[in-house]
Amino acid sequence: MIQLIVLLPLLAAAIAGLGNKALGKLPAKIVTTGALFVACAMSWMIFVPFVAGHAEATVTPLFTWIESGSFDAQWALRVDTMTAVMLVVITSVSSLVHLYSWGYMDEEPDQPRFFAYLSLFTFAMLMLVTANNLLQMFFGWEGVGLASYLLIGFWFRKPSANAAAIKAFVVNRVGDLGFMMGIFGTYLVFNTISIPEILEAAPSMAGSTIGFLGYRFDTMTVLCLLLFVGAMGKSAQLGLHTWLPDAMEGPTPVSALIHAATMVTAGVFMVCRLSPMFETSPTALGFVTFIGAATCLFAATVGTVQTDIKRVIAYSTCSQLGYMFFAAGVGAYGAAMFHLFTHAFFKALLFLGAGSVIHAMHHEQDMRYYGGLRKSIPITFWTMTLGTLAITGVGIPLVGVGFAGFYSKDGILEAAFAAGGAGVGAYYVGVFAALLTSFYSWRLVFLTFFGKPRWAASEHIQHALHEAHGHDDHDTHGHGAEHDNAPAQEDAGDEPHAHGTAAHALPAGTGGYHPHESGLVMLIPLVVLSLGAVFAGFVFHDQFIGAEGGMEFWNGALAFNSHLMHAAHEVPTWVKFGPFTVMAIGLLIAWLAYIKNTDWPQRFVSTFGALYQFLLNKWYFDELYHFLFVRPAFAIGRFFWKFGDVGFIDRFGPNGLAALVVQGNKITRRIQSGYLYTYALVMLIGLAAAATWAMTR
Amino acid sequence: MIGLQHYLVVSAILFVMGVLGIFINRKNVIIILMAIELILLSVNINLVAFSAFLGDLVGQVFSMFVLTVAAGEAAIGLAILVIYFRGRGTIAVDDINQMKG
Repeated sequence: MIQLIVLLPLLAAAIAGLGNKALGKLPAKIVTTGALFVACAMSWMIFVPFVAGHAEATVTPLFTWIESGSFDAQWALRVDTMTAVMLVVITSVSSLVHLYSWGYMDEEPDQPRFFAYLSLFTFAMLMLVTANNLLQMFFGWEGVGLASYLLIGFWFRKPSANAAAIKAFVVNRVGDLGFMMGIFGTYLVFNTISIPEILEAAPSMAGSTIGFLGYRFDTMTVLCLLLFVGAMGKSAQLGLHTWLPDAMEGPTPVSALIHAATMVTAGVFMVCRLSPMFETSPTALGFVTFIGAATCLFAATVGTVQTDIKRVIAYSTCSQLGYMFFAAGVGAYGAAMFHLFTHAFFKALLFLGAGSVIHAMHHEQDMRYYGGLRKSIPITFWTMTLGTLAITGVGIPLVGVGFAGFYSKDGILEAAFAAGGAGVGAYYVGVFAALLTSFYSWRLVFLTFFGKPRWAASEHIQHALHEAHGHDDHDTHGHGAEHDNAPAQEDAGDEPHAHGTAAHALPAGTGGYHPHESGLVMLIPLVVLSLGAVFAGFVFHDQFIGAEGGMEFWNGALAFNSHLMHAAHEVPTWVKFGPFTVMAIGLLIAWLAYIKNTDWPQRFVSTFGALYQFLLNKWYFDELYHFLFVRPAFAIGRFFWKFGDVGFIDRFGPNGLAALVVQGNKITRRIQSGYLYTYALVMLIGLAAAATWAMTR
Repeated sequence: MIGLQHYLVVSAILFVMGVLGIFINRKNVIIILMAIELILLSVNINLVAFSAFLGDLVGQVFSMFVLTVAAGEAAIGLAILVIYFRGRGTIAVDDINQMKG
């Protein structure tokens, strides 16, 4: 069964990708989506016995990959609790995203390619999570990176999409270098790349030292930090996070699947999978905690000022990944995986909801041009509200009933506090980030769905209106009848320039545009995911983070710390109320600033201009990297190009030889006059020379 | 007494005249053919002179062959010349430079 789950998406990707235009849109869509739904059903069949507690970890060997001396890499599919959790997350979100794309990508001419990439991604991700050795994990790791690159750059005619795709790939290479060196080092130390064998041998290596860059370091710390660098790159942690917001150039379903629910969580998965290894190095765990908490805070602050709806959610993803990492850093791997699990549902929901909004608003992504969409697209509104309730962690403390994020996020924060040491610091950072999370999530909802429509100023909407006049006149009039001011609006629309000004003058600010709710294929995934966002926490919290239930559920798949989980339940009451309180405060601030007193944001900007600019420019990370790495890289490149290649190698190499031949020929050409007597003379001289040589020899 | 040296000197003078006739001549191809004849004759003189000097008839036999070949060569050369003249309308050496690259 596991073979089918993993290989069906590959098969579907091959059929859709190789068939491409010859196959046509509909068969490609049916094949890929069908394969994913079958894989999804089988994944749940694997997952349910694990939840029920009567399933054992299995390893299904496929065939030998590399065998060389003591080095042995097998293709094998490992299924344990962690894999089962990931299988469910990946195939569920992926199949829903496939279905959603039927609607979202409907106008796209190049659909077979898109669906092939999506399925290819799913296959690579499944290879990653079923890996039984580090090399196969790396295969999946690179496979998802490739698919991510292809999908971010799906609209390859758009220069910004190409740039974003390259950026994502290059930044990930930095992380991958760390991961590769980690694998090399692991093989050097343990003489194997099989994950179970490494994890078994890891505790015995604790305390030993290894030479690295000319110094002696603690072996496990070096290995764990190197591996963690890989996780940082893939999971967009502070320092290597710059690619994730730019990755929003890709189609929205891609953002939901790859850059929210699955691929970016690969880093968390890897740390949890190797958790017994990380447990041997407190230094590495401290570093993981620090980076996680820092990312959590950083991304949340930036998220509060972004205006692009997808970028807000992208920074939100970055921030939530920070939560997962500091959960892993304090030793609460179960909580990290739990947040991964719930986050996949509500973040995919938020992204797909945002996609639905973008679809309705004719590809306008700037929230400043939204407003009042609540009534136009009610189902999108309600599902996104559920997603927001889930991400902000709404629930009743002590009683323990709430949305998915309530269980997982509070579980992380309580575990961090209970862990003590750096964990307490992480707790405070996490609580503050929860305040910001609540603020920016509700800000998104309020700006999009509440208030007065501000659509008229949007170029996309204007574009849509003019198009409608061209070939859809009748339809527009039909809708116009619903509004009193609309017909006048349409008359003005006959002159494009007059139209814009008239639209601004309208009190409603709709510009005569009527957003439509998305079709059924887009709404079904939203509804299914909102079920996950509401119930995933409530149903599974005992298995994932319960002190006893977790021990039984994880069953050795990760280093589950029962004492820590026990302590997390015993933390003081104010600790439990912390996240709830800040969530309410964040909601209140967002409500005050974006519904009650809409001039507050403007006043904030004018009062704290510097802070606003700092946040708006994402802490100037892009500028810093541009200055530190991009410009020197270009300078070095230009130096080698202009001086090294053109100035030296070309000049003395090919070009130099060519010039020498040309110059030489200019001289020898004179001898070849074409006159008989000169040839005779040369012959004679040659003969005389030969004779002379023969005689004097 | 006229010895071997005198023959050789005459032969050398004839040879140089032939060579110069080829190189310095800018007029027409017939002169080149004649110059070649001169060179061959100078060689013949050498052959005969050495043959007499060494008392070996082989040299004189050789000179007979050379004369025959020279006659053939002159005949072919002249034939080419006639064909060439028909084609190009000139046999001036300075106009014959088709071998120039």
